[in-house]
Amino acid sequence: MGLPEGQTLQLDTMTVELFLDLHSQPCRAVYLFAKKANIPFEYKKVDLASGEQYGEEFGQISMVRKVPVLRDGDFILTESIAILMYLAEKFSTPDHWYPAESQKRARVNEYLSWQHKAIRESGSKIFWFRAMVPLLTGAPVDQERMDSAVEDLTSSLTIFEEKFLQKTSFIIGQDISLADLVAIVELMQPVGTGLDVFEGRPLLGEWRDRVKKELGESLFDEAHHVIMHAHTLPQELEDKGMLEFLKPRLKKLFN
Amino acid sequence: MPLELYLDLFSQPCRSVYIFAKKNNIPFDFKQTSLMLGDQHGEEFGKINMMRKVPAMRDGEFCLSESIAMMMYMVEKFKTPDHWYPADLQKRARVNEYLAWQHGEIRMHGSKMFWVNVMVPKIMGKEVPQDKRDDAVEDLNRSLKMIEEKFLQDKPFIAGDQISLADLVAIVEIVQPLAAGVDVFEGRPKLSAWKDRVRQKIGPELFDEAHKGVMGAMEVVKALDSSKLQGFKPRIQKMFF
Repeated sequence: MGLPEGQTLQLDTMTVELFLDLHSQPCRAVYLFAKKANIPFEYKKVDLASGEQYGEEFGQISMVRKVPVLRDGDFILTESIAILMYLAEKFSTPDHWYPAESQKRARVNEYLSWQHKAIRESGSKIFWFRAMVPLLTGAPVDQERMDSAVEDLTSSLTIFEEKFLQKTSFIIGQDISLADLVAIVELMQPVGTGLDVFEGRPLLGEWRDRVKKELGESLFDEAHHVIMHAHTLPQELEDKGMLEFLKPRLKKLFN
Repeated sequence: MPLELYLDLFSQPCRSVYIFAKKNNIPFDFKQTSLMLGDQHGEEFGKINMMRKVPAMRDGEFCLSESIAMMMYMVEKFKTPDHWYPADLQKRARVNEYLAWQHGEIRMHGSKMFWVNVMVPKIMGKEVPQDKRDDAVEDLNRSLKMIEEKFLQDKPFIAGDQISLADLVAIVEIVQPLAAGVDVFEGRPKLSAWKDRVRQKIGPELFDEAHKGVMGAMEVVKALDSSKLQGFKPRIQKMFF
């Protein structure tokens, strides 16, 4: 094509790379959004179970060594919330995902901020306590710590229902937004270990059904396939010889 | 009717909201909500924020919690200068990235030191176990390192050449362990230089005024009647014992 020496032809300035492992809740939120909103992306799988995040190659991409990561040309971005907002803006996704109207947007921001230390934290903890800790330590998590984690999740769920959902169809009203997406993937994490957070919570269950319908059942199920088979994770880790390597690193995450 | 901001300047997110509003000359009613005195448990406050946390905001009929949501709301409503939350996609993403990351990192670990050094000894009458104390210090150091190596690097501010919400949210969290007697700036010239820049940009008077309360918090807590603070016990139990 006769390009000057040293120049590469950038065929597509619109496709982004998304570094994901669908075991991770924030990865699922990004994945679901990108697919649902028809955002062109290259799926770059990062296999957390084989410790890929600790490798040199991934370290070049992100020194934080977590997923998800977005790469747009030279621009690298971590943190799913930042990634979701970036994608919404760059690809001019339908307004309801992240409304321009200031009070609606504030409600989305409020949820996205609150959830870090609430549902995300307690949902993750329960996942680790039920699926991973017994394998790593050879014993179940002691009952007091488990009860404490379940208690935290329960109070987060109560706040979620009473403050964030109330009587509306979705978190900010009649339309699905980034808030619902971020919420649903976190709630599915403990479900993957067999703890049905929706049991006894009809309001929550109805909201989950609405979200699923809005996203599309098959997309939703596809995104959640690996986490719903999380019981195979311990064996997978053992097979890959990753146990000893991951133990100290993972213990740090949930001491 | 001006905005109502429900604040206790002992709390880091309250300080970022306060500094932001004052710096941008946003008209507001300061509603003192003293956590140590239990104001957050009052009936009126419960109507503003059912989660009973500060900061909280009321704009007419509209109530909002979460400092980051509040500041983004104010950016939009009062059309503050672009650098606080840049319109440029990638600059804004850098701010969003920091604001998301900090919740589970510096915010959590910086806060903990205040509990370890000030609240726990006062309320429980004993120190936090050594291993938990060491973990807390290690976590804090890790967060500070990440701030220097990933978020600041060689830039004057987190988003680049200009101060943004990210720096504001960062600085108030970093001051918290300072108020607990931990010199986070010792051996960290880059962080220290950044702090000085941030303080200058905010305005030393405003910065110092916002932090006056928390810097004296150790003394205030020492003087409090510990029987009145027993409400914090379950939380402390969960965190450390």
